[in-house]
Amino acid sequence: MKADVVVVGAGPAGLAAAIAAKENGADSVVVIDREERPGGILRQCIHNGFGLHVFGEELTGPEYAARFIDKANALGVRFLTETMVLNISPDRVVTAVGPETGLIAIEAGAMVLAMGCRERSAGALMIPGSRPSGVLTAGTAQRFVNIEGYMPGREAVILGSGDIGLIMARRMTLEGAHVKMVLELMPYSGGLKRNIVQCLDDFNIPLKLSHTVTRLHGRKRLTGVTVAAVDESGVPIKETEEYVPCDTLLLSVGLIPENELSREAGVEIDPTTNGPVVDSHLQTSAPGIFACGNVVQVHDLVDFVTEEATRAGRAAAQFLREKSACGGWKTAAGRGVRYVVPQTLCDDGEDKTLFFRVSGVYRDCATVARCGDKVVARKKRPICAPGEMERLTIKGADICGDITVTVEGV
Amino acid sequence: MIYDVAIVGAGVTGAMIARELGLCDLSVCVVEAEADVASGASRANSGIVHAGFDAAPGSMKARMNKRGNEMMHKVTRELGVPFEECGSLVVAFGPEEEKQLDILADRGMANGVPVKRMSGDEARRMEPVLSRDITAALWAPTGGIVDPFSLTIGAMENAMSNGVTLYLNSRVTAITRTDGIWELFAGDNRIRAHWLINAAGVYADDISRMAGGESFNIRARRGQYVLFDKSMPVRTKSVIFGVPSDRGKGVLFSPTAHVNMIAGPTAEFVDKEDHDTTREGLQEALAGVQRYAPAVDARYAITVFAGLRAMPESHDFIIERSKSAPGLVNVAGIESPGLTSSPAIAEYVKELLEEAGVRLDPKPGASRIRRPIERFSEATPERQRELIAMDRRYANVICRCEQITEAEIVESIHRPCGAKTVDGVRLRIRAGAGRCHGGFCMPRVMAILARELGRDIDEITKSGAGSWILDGRIKEGTR
Repeated sequence: MKADVVVVGAGPAGLAAAIAAKENGADSVVVIDREERPGGILRQCIHNGFGLHVFGEELTGPEYAARFIDKANALGVRFLTETMVLNISPDRVVTAVGPETGLIAIEAGAMVLAMGCRERSAGALMIPGSRPSGVLTAGTAQRFVNIEGYMPGREAVILGSGDIGLIMARRMTLEGAHVKMVLELMPYSGGLKRNIVQCLDDFNIPLKLSHTVTRLHGRKRLTGVTVAAVDESGVPIKETEEYVPCDTLLLSVGLIPENELSREAGVEIDPTTNGPVVDSHLQTSAPGIFACGNVVQVHDLVDFVTEEATRAGRAAAQFLREKSACGGWKTAAGRGVRYVVPQTLCDDGEDKTLFFRVSGVYRDCATVARCGDKVVARKKRPICAPGEMERLTIKGADICGDITVTVEGV
Repeated sequence: MIYDVAIVGAGVTGAMIARELGLCDLSVCVVEAEADVASGASRANSGIVHAGFDAAPGSMKARMNKRGNEMMHKVTRELGVPFEECGSLVVAFGPEEEKQLDILADRGMANGVPVKRMSGDEARRMEPVLSRDITAALWAPTGGIVDPFSLTIGAMENAMSNGVTLYLNSRVTAITRTDGIWELFAGDNRIRAHWLINAAGVYADDISRMAGGESFNIRARRGQYVLFDKSMPVRTKSVIFGVPSDRGKGVLFSPTAHVNMIAGPTAEFVDKEDHDTTREGLQEALAGVQRYAPAVDARYAITVFAGLRAMPESHDFIIERSKSAPGLVNVAGIESPGLTSSPAIAEYVKELLEEAGVRLDPKPGASRIRRPIERFSEATPERQRELIAMDRRYANVICRCEQITEAEIVESIHRPCGAKTVDGVRLRIRAGAGRCHGGFCMPRVMAILARELGRDIDEITKSGAGSWILDGRIKEGTR
């Protein structure tokens, strides 16, 4: 089997990429997803707040996904659902398996990786204590409540203030659970400000910054957690330990791009983002393999995923006509910046938008992009924090070499 | 009915004994307190097949270790269990520790176990990640690694295929003996048998006392572990030990039979119910392996756990017919190297019964062979197509990290000694044992368990009674 463009993942990134590829001239576009229906994680995000940037209105996750699914269907995008990609070869042969199709191989003219991310699990945190049931990621709890219709517990503590954790604090409360507190190891939240207000403050759920769980209790089911404040280096302060009875601990402690398939395809991975190294057309180090959405970098808003994926889909269609890898210049994270995406910039004269995250909370500062000594972009920021993605746009004509992004005092 | 033999404890020792006796023309049952086999030390250990150089020469441990090591090739082949003779290295830092290597080398000679001294550089040529500060090492080519869950489950499954009965959720609370017949009060069951074999791990002292057997004390020595993701670049091919101390063989760094790397165990005496990890213990395990291989990175950890070794006061295995309670065989204090020794222990227990006059004729039709669950992800593409043609459920991948299909999960549930819990599925076929640790597949595994066992999804537990996962439907209030 052959296809012009094969997209792996039918979440928001894959959907937008498939549509863009089709609209930009790709004849046959196939989207592969392991779930029974397209939509990805949006299917379980039944809260609203999606689409403000793309549609100028507030949609729920399933509504947002449906707009793209309908459009993709109208354009003739082919969906292979309940199908798991087992392998991607560097020359873009995709091996997949599903009950409908059996074991299949698809030769792709171009590919878009849109596998999204997974949540960090409890084990990775090395929380001491017992290993009872009742400790699960916020996303798994969200699936239980919103898709399966079951409660994962009644008395909950949430560790980590990532957005899914905040959303689930509200969701569990609305379903009658008692969410006792949200704990965050860092001195600032990892989630969006609006989620802290709407999901915690509005329900009187305390957010304890610089706090963590130091012990799990309960042999069979969780019976409680020990909670403690941490010092500046994140080490728990013994004297502050406090026992909090609960039957559920939800974890929202970070998202990890799912790049096992990318690695097998020989795609170079950025150790900071854990996503593929991409150029300004979202092409990875493997020619003809593009990547977008949370598989590249964890985004704050689905709208931004859509935007990035649209560019990736367009570039994939472009690749079918004109196989060009762009050399160009590199970007680098300077002082106060954790990473910059894209990692390389094509020398095509187009304006470039750089996406990055800062490494701490900074007030009254500016984000600055420099090409050598020359400032090519600068934005004043009253406050910037790691929880909110930053961006700077550089005029194509201004790019004269490698770019470094920094945070500076005003 | 009255069983010929009742075995208390479905850890690797009990399971191996059950397998051995199941091949004989006897009626045998195994009585287990927990909801699954391998729920104690057999679940939480290093998975090492010890070469056998460090046990005191002449001890029961030395004898069982050496024999068990020799038997492991055949047993794992028969049971279809992952085993690799990867060798082990004891590494020494400086002259003091090198003296220990000499002692170990001498013991190896006395125990008939091949060992070879080598320099630090030779060790680093074998294992490039080892520290520059290692000055010498002792190489034991017959050391190895085995999957401890598969070994226990495989042995029990084989036993059950040959007619052995397994009673789960059956904690023994009282034992009586009338007219030469044992009666066990075990959970909701009352089980009668002519012979009683006590393989109850850390509780073997209680069982012996209940049966009127010898009075000995078993203490629980906890070992804490850190398991690393397969993608961790710092790896060794063989098992790396430090020199032993009075706290045992010390922390090791080793590949597992499933290509993860493992660090641990610590050693501290605790209460028999205390399976907790501690901050200090996990740090000790990490620091221990970072001493051998400084580049080990805690960020690759995917889980932590602790297991309890059953420590006898005598420091040696207690495997004997009771003198005070006829009809009782104690198999107690099976600490490390218990996993390695388990096939030899089973063989020896059989000899003890034979000495006591039990007739051990071969059971007609019984087989030593257990076919493992065929792994879709390990099959060739041709075989994968055949499997899918046979059963469409092979095309439905449920666990994405380990690429486990619905067909494999269903098989793990319906086999003899099948999975009944989420942990049970994980231990049998590793669904949920990968890097996301069940984040994505747990709801789907639960749905399959519920369907196959004819239960509601909220009746499915993590590891048996009390470990509930879901508390009823939304909108309906608490159950």
